[in-house]
Order: sequence, then C-alpha cells, then structure tokens
Amino acid sequence: MKCEEVSRELISYLDRRSNSADRAEIEGHLLVCERCRMRAAEFRQVMGMLDEVPVAEPSFAFDARLRERIAAEPKRSWLRGLVLQPRLAFAVALLLALSIVTARMPHQAAPPAASLTPEEQFQMIDHLGVLENYDLLTKSEVLAEVPVAPQQQEEQNQGPQQPDNSGGGS
Amino acid sequence: MTTSDVQLMLDVKAGDEASFGLLLRRYRTPLVNFLNRMVRDSATAEDLAQEVFLRVYRARKQYSPTAKFTTWLFRIATNLALNSIRDNRHKQMEDSLDEPAEAGDAAPRELPSREMRIDEHILERDRCDFIRRAVESLPEKQRAAVLLHKYEEMDYSEIARILDCSESALKSLLFRAYETLRVQLAPLVGLPAGRRAAPARPGAGEGRAS
Repeated sequence: MKCEEVSRELISYLDRRSNSADRAEIEGHLLVCERCRMRAAEFRQVMGMLDEVPVAEPSFAFDARLRERIAAEPKRSWLRGLVLQPRLAFAVALLLALSIVTARMPHQAAPPAASLTPEEQFQMIDHLGVLENYDLLTKSEVLAEVPVAPQQQEEQNQGPQQPDNSGGGS
Repeated sequence: MTTSDVQLMLDVKAGDEASFGLLLRRYRTPLVNFLNRMVRDSATAEDLAQEVFLRVYRARKQYSPTAKFTTWLFRIATNLALNSIRDNRHKQMEDSLDEPAEAGDAAPRELPSREMRIDEHILERDRCDFIRRAVESLPEKQRAAVLLHKYEEMDYSEIARILDCSESALKSLLFRAYETLRVQLAPLVGLPAGRRAAPARPGAGEGRAS
C-alpha cells in the first residue's frame, strides 16, 4: 500500500472498522513509513479529544412542546386518507369507472310482441295517447257523451239503417 | 429485551402512541446534540429536532422498514440542518449589506498558530470550547460526517446513505475532515486534557427523565 491509499483507509483502520486484510497491509506500511505513523498517532489523539466535548441535552420542555405540536396537528380528512392510501384510492377509482361504463351501456330492449308487424308497432306509437287511456275508452257511457261532428252524426244515423234496408230487401 | 427501533416505528404506525414516546426518549438527546453541533445554536437545534420528530410522526402511516430507523431519522435531521445553515448564511449576507457583522459568534475564532505558546492559549480559552469550535468550523458536509462517525458511531454505509454519497466518497470526506482537525487541534496534541470537559451550562443535562 502507498501513503495515499493508507490515508484513505486510515480512519477506518483507527476506528477498527476495516477488514483484516486491509489492517494487515496498513500495519505493514506504518512500520516502514514514519510520516503515516505520525499522522495515525495524531488522528488517534484528535479522536480522543472529540470525546471531551460535552453532550448538549434537550431542554426540560422539549417533550411537552413536541406533544403540544402533535396535538395541534390537523386531523386527516377522508380525501387525504384516499390520497395517502393508494390501494383504497385504486379500489374507489375502479368502482367509479365500472359504474360509468355500466351506465353508458345500451339497455336491452324488451322483446317486441311477435304478433305485431312493424307497421302496427309504428301505429301504436301514433296512438300512444289513446292506448294510455284504454280504460277510459272501454267505457261506452263516456264515449256516448262525446260530441260528434254533423257529418259523422249523419253517417252514424245511416249506418244502423243499412242492415235494415238490406234485411228488408231480402 | 429492548424493542428494536423498526418494531417501535411499526407499532407507532399501528397507532401505538407509547412507542413514539419510547423513540423520542431514545433519540432526542443524540438528535439535539447532532443538530446543536451542526447549526451552532441551541435554540435552533431544538426547533429542528422538534421538526424531525414531527415529520417522523406525520409520516408514520407510510413508514416502511426499508432502511435502519436511524438512517431515516438522521437523514431528515441532516437535510434540515443543511437547509437551516444555508438560510442563515443568506440572512447573514443580507445583514452584512446593511452593517458589518460583529466579530463574535458569526465568524469562527482565529485558531492559534503552532508557534503560539499553547499554555497561553489554554489560559485564555477553554480547551473544550476550542475543540468544539474546531469541529464547528469544518465545512457542513465534513462536519456532519465526523459527527455521525464519531458521536453516533454509525457504520460507513449508513453515513453514506444519510449524506447521499458513495462509501468511497465518504472515506475521502472523513479523511479531509480529520486532517483539518489534526492541523487545527495541533496545539493541543501531546498535551494532557488539563481542564477536561468543562461543566455544561447551568441547567443543561439535568432535565433527562430517562
């Protein structure tokens, strides 16, 4: 080992953290190099001096002050909880996406009545208002009260006579 | 049997406030001590130590034991200390535009030359204070490396992670730091510690309830 390499490893040698191979090499070098040997001795003294500096202790109020600050911390909101818990946030997002997709899907139409032709179904739409009032229409008393146009009334008056005429001629 | 830091932190994560109290008791002194030596001001050091614990508490729900607890703790502390030093330096620069800074606390004291009679120096200045100031006059990153290495007795891989550098870079950093200290403390080398460890400031060190 050269002086430069020894310098780099000298601290770990002195604090006994270097491996045994490095230790052996450094010790071999220190035996023959007075300059490095002196430096190592001075480093050792410096490390010892650092132990003389007293430890700075926290104040009496340290813990109490910290607990006060912790107590003053704002409580977590549910949104913050979501942001800080990725799994939960992912589950909620997935649920939301699924509900949107489901809502956009076309609803399956009710099977059309087999007996009706497309033309009849179209007419049903035309008379939707009438069909909705089907119950009302079935009551003849109500229908009788509906005012009838004069032409229609004439036709109605002639209508019942036709069977009679035909019947009379037979 | 002492519960490990990681287990205590996992308990805190699960909602156990008492475990946070144990971590606080375990690390408040090393943390305040480290920060005090980093920022060179006891009031600022305490404020920063509070901030470190507060950040740990806030992050408890996301805690994952991927590294040693002390690595995480001192990484937060180091970053806060470096930011504080940088902010303070900017403030001092701004102040210096208005008025010259007093030659007391802001500027590091002039270190004695090798030629100066060491007993004269010891008489006028406390040996312990002299050593402390030598450490405090190191560049911030070197200072952090020495403090973590010497006082926290961390291994190189842990210090390297805290300082965000390679182990090789850390070794160079430590060598340069100890080399600077060796030169600065040369007047004391070879002398017995006459006035060993000056008594702590009145009131300091009496409040531990451990």
